[in-house]
Amino acid sequence: MKKIGIGIVTSVPCVNLTDLIALIEADTSIRHLAVSREEEGVGICAGAYLGGMKPALLMQNSGLGNSINALASLDLLYGIPLLIIVSHRGVEGEEVSAQVPMGLLTEPLLRSMGIPAIKPGPGEAEQAIVGGWSRSIGERKPVAILLDNAFWRSQ
Amino acid sequence: MRRIDAIRAVAEAAGDGLIVCNLGFPSRELFRVADRDRNFYMLGSMGLASSIGLGLAIAREDRRVIAIDGDGSILMNLGSLTTISAKARGNYLLVIMDNGVYGSTGCQPSASSCGIKLSELAKAAGIAPVRRTSSVSHLHKLVKEMPSGAIVAEVEAGNADVPLVPMGPRDIISRFAKAI
Repeated sequence: MKKIGIGIVTSVPCVNLTDLIALIEADTSIRHLAVSREEEGVGICAGAYLGGMKPALLMQNSGLGNSINALASLDLLYGIPLLIIVSHRGVEGEEVSAQVPMGLLTEPLLRSMGIPAIKPGPGEAEQAIVGGWSRSIGERKPVAILLDNAFWRSQ
Repeated sequence: MRRIDAIRAVAEAAGDGLIVCNLGFPSRELFRVADRDRNFYMLGSMGLASSIGLGLAIAREDRRVIAIDGDGSILMNLGSLTTISAKARGNYLLVIMDNGVYGSTGCQPSASSCGIKLSELAKAAGIAPVRRTSSVSHLHKLVKEMPSGAIVAEVEAGNADVPLVPMGPRDIISRFAKAI
């Protein structure tokens, strides 16, 4: 994220994102805002983009459901880029049953919205983030990087 | 105080500050009384005026940023008050137009109409200073004097007879981006 100049990160935690959020919080070159709900993060990121910053949102895929209207009627409507880094729970290897419904819905929802989803394997995250941001700017829309259970197990 | 007069007072007192305005009639009224290239008119994403304003204020600490929100909208995103309290610096002012109703959808009562004080909620979240007013001249003075914090402007229910903002989303964002 630093490589592409992300200057502001909003986050709602997932256990998989613990180390990443701690790294971002400790990094003085990135403003980190822990937000109360994912759509709030979409709004803050949109405002920061208006002000010239490159924004990212970190969340669990459950937060996609909380932010659909904001992604559609703010980011997609105005053409606002956003890098969304998603801990994609509820897929293969999931132990918590409540994660499964949104786990299965995540990719169909993104597809319906026309938001590109990139699914890097182990060791491909950096490339996915660089490429994802470039696509987000080029297409003027959010791009989601989906990091599933297999990705996190390999870390 | 009519909301359109309150909105005019905020815009006049804002100087060259950046304004993020809530969707629906508030943006239509702002466009009518004080269209300026430093206005960002929301068209959708109800509830996020205060969040968009916060992000903008963080990105542009060299500029004064004012968000014009509503009671129904802030009630949809009360967590924003806590994030503003925790993270906003001295250049961000939140102005909540409180008319106790969802004005753009037919004036259905909001919880604010049941005696709940949004100003107390903002204070409880840790925002300071927080002021309330029901007069146009006092609102103008407060906006002039307060670079940050929150103002709850108690306005009458009802919308001015004003047309839609005659700009598309891409026009709104590109004009705003050029201006700042």
